[in-house]
Amino acid sequence: MKTLPPVDVVIVGGGWAGLLMAKELGSRTSLSIVVLERGGPRKTENYSTDMDELDYAIRMHMMQDLSRETVTFRHTEQQRALPLRQHGCFLPGTGVGGAGEHWSGHFPRYVPDSFELLSCTLGKYGPAKLPEDHSIQDWGISYDDLEPHYTRTEMLLGISGKAGNLLGKQIEGGNIFEGWRSAEYPTPPTKIPYVAALFRDAAKSLGYHPYPIPAATTSVGFTNPDGVSRPGCTYCGFCSLFVCMIGAKAQPTNTLLPVIQKRKNVSIRTGARVRRINRAGINGSGNVTGVTYMDSSGEEHFQPAALTILASWTLNNTRLLLLSGLGEPYDPATAKGNVGRNLTHQILSSATLFFERPLNRFMGSAAAGLRVSDWDGDTFDHTHLPFLRGGSFTVMHITEGPVANFGVLPPSVKSRWGPDWKKAGLYYYDRTARIGFSGEHLAYKGNYMDLDPTYKDRLGDPLLRMTLDWRDNERHMSKFASEKAMEMARAMGAKETIPFPTLRNYDTTRYQSTHLQGGTIMGSLPDRSVVNPFLQHWQFPNLFVLGGSTIPQNAAANPTPTILALVLRTADALADRYLKHPGPLA
Amino acid sequence: MRRRHFLTLSAASLGGVLVYSLDRKGSLLSAQDKRLRVPLRFFTEEEALIVGAATSRIFPTDQSGPGAREAGVVIYIDRQLAGPYGRDRYRYTQGPFEDGPPELGYQGKATPREIFREGIKNLKGFDRLAPEEQDARLQQIESSRFFSLLRQHTIEGMFSDPIHGGNVDMIGWQLIGFPGPRMSNYDDIDKHFGEAFRPTPISLEQVTRAIVRPGEDEQ
Repeated sequence: MKTLPPVDVVIVGGGWAGLLMAKELGSRTSLSIVVLERGGPRKTENYSTDMDELDYAIRMHMMQDLSRETVTFRHTEQQRALPLRQHGCFLPGTGVGGAGEHWSGHFPRYVPDSFELLSCTLGKYGPAKLPEDHSIQDWGISYDDLEPHYTRTEMLLGISGKAGNLLGKQIEGGNIFEGWRSAEYPTPPTKIPYVAALFRDAAKSLGYHPYPIPAATTSVGFTNPDGVSRPGCTYCGFCSLFVCMIGAKAQPTNTLLPVIQKRKNVSIRTGARVRRINRAGINGSGNVTGVTYMDSSGEEHFQPAALTILASWTLNNTRLLLLSGLGEPYDPATAKGNVGRNLTHQILSSATLFFERPLNRFMGSAAAGLRVSDWDGDTFDHTHLPFLRGGSFTVMHITEGPVANFGVLPPSVKSRWGPDWKKAGLYYYDRTARIGFSGEHLAYKGNYMDLDPTYKDRLGDPLLRMTLDWRDNERHMSKFASEKAMEMARAMGAKETIPFPTLRNYDTTRYQSTHLQGGTIMGSLPDRSVVNPFLQHWQFPNLFVLGGSTIPQNAAANPTPTILALVLRTADALADRYLKHPGPLA
Repeated sequence: MRRRHFLTLSAASLGGVLVYSLDRKGSLLSAQDKRLRVPLRFFTEEEALIVGAATSRIFPTDQSGPGAREAGVVIYIDRQLAGPYGRDRYRYTQGPFEDGPPELGYQGKATPREIFREGIKNLKGFDRLAPEEQDARLQQIESSRFFSLLRQHTIEGMFSDPIHGGNVDMIGWQLIGFPGPRMSNYDDIDKHFGEAFRPTPISLEQVTRAIVRPGEDEQ
């Protein structure tokens, strides 16, 4: 193994979180910074050759190469975990930009009480309302702590939308259930396609409060505070699972990379697969010394660094801490140890609607549509309901590629192939729409991650093992939300509707979302969290962890805005405090 | 080295000379039956004839328009199986292999190539059966993984970009009114409510005016 010349900062992972930190520290300081990214480089010019449904949305060219490394899965501790051999329930990205390249760009904030979930729920409903084996907790920060950073994040990405709560004043047409905002969105809402307009009118007629989806696919040309410009969306429809061909969708490569590339103190090494975070001694706390990685030729390197920032995806952050023996692994039997605890995903279900008129669904953008949050968080009383929390409904014209969507048929069509199936498929292809729901997934003691005893990656390191299943809270919420969706579908004039699939056991073959949380969670006390509210490791003060792994439990909405706001807050703490006096920030 | 196999197709049966109009009334402009010899990458000629016949029963050519035969679905599948997908380049294929609950997805060892080779063996002589007999044979294997892949790949071959060998002349896209990778819908996205808006389909290579290398040609 070769020891490389030391650097000031090493960042593991070149996605949204890692590159945002690299940009912030790289422009605010003269520190030498190296970003290690396991995947390849990504060009920033014309992406139109990627507009191919088969290679990108079906064969998933942008996703993690599972032949090298995957995870194993089981529903309960009694089962033997098996590997996820093909992509399904979530889609981890790879390469510069990570999953931030292929994302859909929905950009909602979390509702304020998400950050104090345990206190707020106990305060309102008392302990008896909480599920028996829950492990929900407060974050150690409040919405007010994060608000300025949410606003900065929205400015950086040029988010399109309409405020519903400006400094406490409710505004019709925006999300009146959102937390207070210090500023309006930097760009106006996207255009509203047909099905979304039907949804808007139906929701309004029922007395609900539809509002434009906050979108990172910007509606008009925009220049951010860093001087980076992006054009407005042309509604080509190739967003989720694709790279935006014109850069209207904010991605790390078109929003952060242009700034990073101008900084001589920041470099990105691709094909660098980090296998361990190193530390000097064997026991106890102290400092970490850098990371060990394998380059694309198979050679191992030790990269010493004064400051190590772990910023890969949720599952890999957790796995790297476990493989490196940093911190105590979580034990579900005793609920002791913290690395791996509070694994949460997100309920993502949809009702399928069939219309008599054509819908022109090839036009659109993954975030051009309407959202309804009348049942988000605790905006409605749960006293007499069999579940806690809720979620939001969305309708948009998303990339409904014909390969993935031909043959989605109403229950009245029975055949699966042959002339009747073909005829029905031709008729319904452009008469089919969805009402989506993203619902909150609570944390439970039995949902966690550890290292698999059997299956290994190509280099011989154990795979991460997920133990995860739904509980009755999610099942009841999903049923409740499905009934609301059916009501809205009728009001939209759908001829037939398939309700949400019934949630039984967690299904790895069905795409949910790429919103996984937990494993290295933040908190105000070291006995129940891995990092402090500045995302600094409690035991190793020169190690910071960024990303979805630090979120104590899912909060229904898409997590990227919150992840980026947390990164900005940590960047401030590093630049203003830590770098002047290295040591614990909390 | 593999002996070279060809599939002989009549040009009239593959897109090419068939012009399919947007109102779903197909018309043959040129009826002369020119024969094409298409080199096969994975199938033998016998296998290709069987797969071609089976995909034509899944997505038939009938009153509702052209089908898998005209779209060249068998050529599409041949290329996919010959490429990295066919040999499971992107799947986690380390053992031990064990059966699990359905929520854990396909846990088998067999690659798509192996599943097709095995599945086709059981359809010997399929291409020479009468259509009703063919349907009966397919019904017998409906619940097999082979059939589910065959059906899935038929849809892919009908509707993926023509760079992959199927959807010849964008026949599949014309059938459903999908215009392909259109660069901008800015002026139309908030119009045409409730009415079909059907721009002429355009393929990826036409849009980009560049040669696009499909995934199946990678190693």
